[in-house]
Amino acid sequence: MSSALNSQYFDLDDTGDVQEFYHSRGWTDGFPIVPPTPQAVQACLNWVLMPPNEIIGIEPVRERAIDAEKLAINAVMAGCLPMHFPAVVSAWMAMLKDEFLLHGTTASTGGCAILVILNGSIRQEIGAHSDFNVLGSSDRATSVIGRAIRLALINILQVSPGAIDRSTLGHPGKISYCIAEDEENSNWPSLAESRDIPTDASAVTVLAAGAPRQIMNEWTTKPEEILDTYAAEMRANMRNYSIWSGNYVVVMPAQHREHMRVAGWGRNEIASYLFEKARIKRSEWSTVGKGSVIRDKGDTEYCALPSPDHLLLVAAGGPAGGFGAIIPPWLGMKSQAVTVAIGACVDCEPPPGQQN
Amino acid sequence: MTIRVLNPTSESTVVALEPAPRLQSLEGKTVGLISNGKEGTAGFFAHVDRLLRERYGVAEVILRTKSNYSAPAEDEIIDEARNWDLAITGLGD
Repeated sequence: MSSALNSQYFDLDDTGDVQEFYHSRGWTDGFPIVPPTPQAVQACLNWVLMPPNEIIGIEPVRERAIDAEKLAINAVMAGCLPMHFPAVVSAWMAMLKDEFLLHGTTASTGGCAILVILNGSIRQEIGAHSDFNVLGSSDRATSVIGRAIRLALINILQVSPGAIDRSTLGHPGKISYCIAEDEENSNWPSLAESRDIPTDASAVTVLAAGAPRQIMNEWTTKPEEILDTYAAEMRANMRNYSIWSGNYVVVMPAQHREHMRVAGWGRNEIASYLFEKARIKRSEWSTVGKGSVIRDKGDTEYCALPSPDHLLLVAAGGPAGGFGAIIPPWLGMKSQAVTVAIGACVDCEPPPGQQN
Repeated sequence: MTIRVLNPTSESTVVALEPAPRLQSLEGKTVGLISNGKEGTAGFFAHVDRLLRERYGVAEVILRTKSNYSAPAEDEIIDEARNWDLAITGLGD
């Protein structure tokens, strides 16, 4: 079976040796890895009907080709089963689009991570959870998919700390950063549908993103007042981190969504409200120690969102609690969110010997 | 009984570009500076400009700034750089 694979291989004594062998070469994130055996890697490739040398895309700045075999090796190491691999492949296809600016996002001192948002039936097929602890270790599927993204960056594109990765701080999402939307318990179209993916397709959305900023408001049922709390956190990010407009994620839990539903507020109403409210003037930077760069732009108004359509509203979180989050973009529109359908390959053919 | 595992890295060999010939002197030369455009670059490159002219006798210093400091320089800047004797790129912050 391994003859079809092209990667260099090593014959090691046992799994303990595998751990030390991979750690010592800088091929891990510090956690133990699943040994990427030829059988496990081939199983991932079989699942997506891709030959090992299928080019997933090319990182445009350094002109590095990403092939299916190397992605599969890193996915196995991260703990992925074959059924998780299509989400990994699709996320990488999205990351390699020009507008994502993968090199800039992974090299920046800004230290963003790549957030992956899952939509569609694949969430249920792979056991991705959208409720309790959704931004933490909520389930196996999102944990290993997010980790696969990072390990592949480290090993295929040399995005190791101090190498390509020049992050001053980074954040915990750089270990794994993947969530699934709670489509069953929300009354609005899914994030993917709002971004023109057909209703019956599964999809991934990727965003170069900062760490989640959590908010809490359990003291009102009015949509305006609930959203004022989210908007305040977006404004805080614009003052304390980056003022530039971009794709902001709002993670809204069931309790807040229920108040929105009762009041008749959907995705469009929420996005339009935040578009109007999440604004600051440059002069506000004087209140957070950044007065030296206001210059003649004190009265200039900046909006967190270039348009309401740039809001990435995600239904997710446990059934109780008025806790939501905003997840800010890395740096305005320098990197843009990208959504792609999973498995929407119109010219794929099974590799030789995999006709079944 | 051993366990066979695969190399997760790219394994591809990157062909090193041939470096440009080294200059023996900067005297009378044209030097281009490619700035990333960040906040700290104005003072930094002004200082580099002054040093090049006063200390090394550079004839002309040309400053060009990228429109996106996180992305490669535009093709126009790269094309213009072909006319320079020396290019200096840097972060400046």
